[in-house]
Amino acid sequence: MKALLVYRHRFPTRLSHWVTVLCVPILVLSGFQIFNAHPALYWGERSDGERAVLAMRAERTPRGTLKGITHVFGRDFDTTGVLGASRDGALGIQDRGFPNWATLPGHQWLAMGRRWHFFFAWAFVLNGLAFAGYAVLGRHLSRDLMPSGPELRAIGRALRDHLLFRFHHGAAADRYNVLQKLAYASIIFVAAPLLVLTGLAMSPRVDAAIPALPAVFGGRQSARTLHFLLTLGLIAFTAVHLFMVLVTGFWNNVRSMILGWYRLSSGGPDEDSSAT
Amino acid sequence: MKIQVRLDRRQFARRSLQLAALCLLAGCNRLSRSPSVAALLESAEGLTRRVQRALRPRRSMAREFTEADRSPVFPGNGTTSPEDADYQALAASGFAAWRLEVDGLVERPARLSLGDLRRLPSRTQITRHDCVEGWSAIAKWTGVPLRTILDQVGVGPRARYVVFHCADSMDGTGDRYYESIDFDDALHPQTILAYEINDRPLPIEYGAPLRLRVERQLGYKMAKYVMRVELVETFAAFGRGKGGYWEDRGYEWYAGI
Repeated sequence: MKALLVYRHRFPTRLSHWVTVLCVPILVLSGFQIFNAHPALYWGERSDGERAVLAMRAERTPRGTLKGITHVFGRDFDTTGVLGASRDGALGIQDRGFPNWATLPGHQWLAMGRRWHFFFAWAFVLNGLAFAGYAVLGRHLSRDLMPSGPELRAIGRALRDHLLFRFHHGAAADRYNVLQKLAYASIIFVAAPLLVLTGLAMSPRVDAAIPALPAVFGGRQSARTLHFLLTLGLIAFTAVHLFMVLVTGFWNNVRSMILGWYRLSSGGPDEDSSAT
Repeated sequence: MKIQVRLDRRQFARRSLQLAALCLLAGCNRLSRSPSVAALLESAEGLTRRVQRALRPRRSMAREFTEADRSPVFPGNGTTSPEDADYQALAASGFAAWRLEVDGLVERPARLSLGDLRRLPSRTQITRHDCVEGWSAIAKWTGVPLRTILDQVGVGPRARYVVFHCADSMDGTGDRYYESIDFDDALHPQTILAYEINDRPLPIEYGAPLRLRVERQLGYKMAKYVMRVELVETFAAFGRGKGGYWEDRGYEWYAGI
């Protein structure tokens, strides 16, 4: 087997990637901790109880146990054990939105959840600004992340290849394919900024200084709902991303994101290296 | 053979991820209890405060809504019925004997009755109340701008904070609620000591006879059952020294976010 090592990820990309890897899980888990203080979502400026679009709650059953219920768009679902009511160590089933294993800290502790969230929100924002600056000025954006016209026109084929697990190998894997470009560019330049802006739209001081910010999201409670939905989107992206990292050559992918060097194979499609 | 190796690798990768997630959770939980980590995390508060306050204009006004925007039900949060005997006695007589003490680092300490406060120029505002828990409710508030009272008593040169002492004891601890703000908010036109909600005298549920409104911060800053306004140089001597009941229990003193 002949293999060719290419320098795929430059240092700023690698550094900002791993800072993001540190920030995002902490932000998501502490975010669920904050959500749990009022596990319901609304549309508009206000949170009128009867108009929640999503709400998690616990109800006591005739047998005396707690049942977790998730209310979504007018319908109730039994989500005992995960949402609404879940096991909290020796305390047994407790009234909680998200369960212990999905929040930081594990038990109900809003003040500490906020401390984690806002500290790492700053790290996330500063890291994102530094990366965006590098991507634009260092041409990473135009060279590697923006899909070209022909690439976009061939998106159907790229999609079919991906769904059939036919990944590019060899020289073509030196560069991101069109689906990767779209996924990375939209996460970095659309979803992440929207996550930060919807978060800021919940700040009363920012709302006073920039009234247009909560207004464009439809109000403070809408901004909170969008912040939550964007988080679910980010989790979904991460799940697909990790899956692709695994199935396209885990060590090769991880090495290239740590050291920069990525191995292109000149072998057949069985080879364990390709695009992420 | 090759397939086997690959599966093992995948399994290893999956296990590593699970282990990393567990370590992160367990680690962060333990770190939450470490004073030095808590201090590091708290450092973000100063950055947030400075950056948010650098946003122009400094005297930016919280959005004021219309009558139609008001919440059908405004949640009575925190203490909704103080059990303290002294407060109960005041409430029983319709707060006729209640006086607001204004003292500390002021030039002319004052004792003001509800009548005195009502005779001062008032401000009415329909604003959104944002709780640290995440909910929001809109109501109409009428009261005296804090600035009017501060001008009347004369702010001493060393005064840096305004502390609000409240009537309600929390959780049977005997610790009474208190809060503090600095002059950035104390002199803001929308910072009022409110005696009316939605055109009626403040009910006990909402902080009768007088509560603070600080419209650019979260709800826990807006002390209810205010008994005394004290101007101080530092709030280190009150409670556990963090500037408020909830601040003493880990919440941010600057609650603009």
